[in-house]
Amino acid sequence: MTEELIIAGFGGQGVLSMGKILAYSGIMDNKEVTWFPSYGPEMRGGTANVTVIVSDKRISSPVLHEFDTAIILNQQSMDKFENSVKPGGVLLYDPNGIIHPPTRTDIQVYKVEGTVTAVEMGNPRVFNMIIVGGYLKVRPIVSLEHVEKGLEKSLPSRYHNLIPLNLEAIRKGQEIVEKVN
Amino acid sequence: MKNMDIKDIIKPENLVYDKSELQIDTIMHYCPGCSHGVVHKLIAEIIEELGIQEDTIGVSPVGCAVFAYNYIDIDWQQAAHGRAPAVATGIARTNPDKIVFTYQGDGDLASIGAGEILHACNRGENIVVIFINNAIYGMTGGQMAPTTLIGQPTSTSPLGRDVALNGYPMKMTEIIATLPGTCYVTRQSVHTAATVRKCKKAIKKAFQNVMAKKGTSFVEVVSTCNSGWKMTPVGANTWMEENMFAEYVPGDLKDNDIQKPAIGN
Amino acid sequence: MGELRLMKGNEVLAEAAIRCGCDAYFGYPITPQSEVMETLMEQRPWDTTGMVVLQAESEVASINMVYGAAAAGKKAMTSSSSPGISLMAEGISYIAGAELPCLIVNVQRGGPGLGTIQPSQADYFQAVKGGGHGDYRLITLAPASVQEMHDFVKLAFDLAFKYRNPAMILTDGALGQMMEKVELADYTPRRTKEEILDQCGSWATTGKTSGREKHVITSLEMDSHKMEQNNLRFQEKFKEIEATEVRYEAIRCEDAELILVAFGTSSRICQKAIELAREKGIKVGLIRPITLYPFPSAIIAELAPKVKGFLSVEMSAGQMVEDVKLAVYEARCTTPVKHFGRMGGILPSPNEVVDALETKF
Repeated sequence: MTEELIIAGFGGQGVLSMGKILAYSGIMDNKEVTWFPSYGPEMRGGTANVTVIVSDKRISSPVLHEFDTAIILNQQSMDKFENSVKPGGVLLYDPNGIIHPPTRTDIQVYKVEGTVTAVEMGNPRVFNMIIVGGYLKVRPIVSLEHVEKGLEKSLPSRYHNLIPLNLEAIRKGQEIVEKVN
Repeated sequence: MKNMDIKDIIKPENLVYDKSELQIDTIMHYCPGCSHGVVHKLIAEIIEELGIQEDTIGVSPVGCAVFAYNYIDIDWQQAAHGRAPAVATGIARTNPDKIVFTYQGDGDLASIGAGEILHACNRGENIVVIFINNAIYGMTGGQMAPTTLIGQPTSTSPLGRDVALNGYPMKMTEIIATLPGTCYVTRQSVHTAATVRKCKKAIKKAFQNVMAKKGTSFVEVVSTCNSGWKMTPVGANTWMEENMFAEYVPGDLKDNDIQKPAIGN
Repeated sequence: MGELRLMKGNEVLAEAAIRCGCDAYFGYPITPQSEVMETLMEQRPWDTTGMVVLQAESEVASINMVYGAAAAGKKAMTSSSSPGISLMAEGISYIAGAELPCLIVNVQRGGPGLGTIQPSQADYFQAVKGGGHGDYRLITLAPASVQEMHDFVKLAFDLAFKYRNPAMILTDGALGQMMEKVELADYTPRRTKEEILDQCGSWATTGKTSGREKHVITSLEMDSHKMEQNNLRFQEKFKEIEATEVRYEAIRCEDAELILVAFGTSSRICQKAIELAREKGIKVGLIRPITLYPFPSAIIAELAPKVKGFLSVEMSAGQMVEDVKLAVYEARCTTPVKHFGRMGGILPSPNEVVDALETKF
């Protein structure tokens, strides 16, 4: 199994930390992982993206021109990465702020109402965990048990009281993800 | 009176002067009349008197004093031009039990190494800095230094230092004295027996400060370079008294009994 | 098995330094490697292992602090990125000339000049051919994963002390910023005073005790004949390093008709390119130099008569390609050697490498 994933959105949406939690979950599942961010000025308020690769074998390139899955969280990223999904791959997006939804028919398109649901849950900060939940429903590359361990490893202990909330958000995301095409 | 044999003269009870055991017998490369030799002698005597030969590491500069390591029998490191305070920082930080000193001229310390000396003093590195200021580049053949006096001729200011072209003599010791990391900042000279004795006291205090971990002690020695100045040794001493001391006034600028704070406090 | 963590390459450099018993780190902030010193300052190793960490006023000061500590027999290191390494060039030359062991890490960014903060490999020449003045060499290691960023800190120190020569880890912003799974080594205590005396007591400035001559650490020798002898001694050392310390990895070269040569991040990209190219029926393999100096010329020479060509893939205008050509020339072969690269902080993508294979051969 090798999953080559890109997560792209605005800085501040938790793009990098989503990737980090998935990567840590992969480690807990004894897999090889690579987390490769765009870095530099774009991190400060502009777009942010991170490539996450989880695999049973040694990982080759962190630089990829096509992906198994793209998680798209804003329009700029949709414009940039819709065509980078491999045929037969997955594009998962949050419709909030998306003016031009994806049009490709050779890939599987899913949407997760993450922004709206996070507000409904009373905590906009769990937005990215709802998206992770939707993603893991479609691409179960790691089990929820390993995600929980990943959260324990990646979060400083002072935030460990937030783990149940995050897991709840993941479960919520798994419930609300819907196939579009 | 019968003729005396040399053996009758060289007896311990007749000994009125001896050089320090730390002074190495070697061919003197400094010019006759140069101040470096006197300051080297003082440092060797002080290290011997304080009993710190095994604990002292000297850092020599680029300039005439690059070969300081040939004269004093301790471990030495030779530093790149101007970088002695950074090298000394590296030694002192990783060997807090050692007594580390730099020995730098005015080209090395005030020109190319102005950044390193300011920051080492500002951090209060626990080191001694000996600053030989003779207002000229000796080793490379008498070029203008930042410390060259206004109107002083050198090979790169043949008509004398011109303020419009070259700015003003740089008073490093006054600048250094403003930095809180320094505990002792003084300006000395070694052109008379009295000033040599005074200078020795100052350098000794500087070493004792480092032994007591008080931070940076900075000793400027206003010096002559009769070759570079194109004067006789005696003429150079007179010129120094008449011209250099007006710009670089001898005396203590700072003598604080402070303790360098420990890391993490 | 050691502790498993997800870490950035830059963070792991710091962690590995603490764990391998490093005595001191001196550095100056520069993107994309500032996390090295940030991690050290957060870890506060002076409270645990006793390692000194100091933010210097410049890269010039950093490398000279390394010189001071290294000359006293300490395990000292610095890290920077391209423009900062240029500033260190003088100090590195002095360290090589005074035969001191130390570690310098270059997390490369695009140049020349202030350039960009994105990854690059355009400092290859600077690392393996010169950088500073005079006839010297840096033992140069090129990690290709975060795990190797960890492992090569200890390896670089070991080689530096073995040969009393500065060693460099030549990496780039991609590996510095990338996070991967890394297995951390257990803590090796810093050497005691006695152990330092055992290892370095014959030359280091550990304080002149009675019974031994004073030690003078210098690169200066006014007598040209003696200076030539010094240089001949250095050259003997470099010959021994070239004979003993070559490290490389050969991937799918057994049946390969074309050989990619790439190090660090480029070598990772090439591994993907090999998968893609082989799907298209192009039989391609990879030689990944792990030591850039000494360069793995022998394996290139061995493959030269057997293959149709070499493609040196670099994040530069073509620097290592010259060493590949030299190796092929030394083998008296005429096998074509081509270069493909991206510059200025752009990473080549795997399909671009495949395109280059298809168009250049």
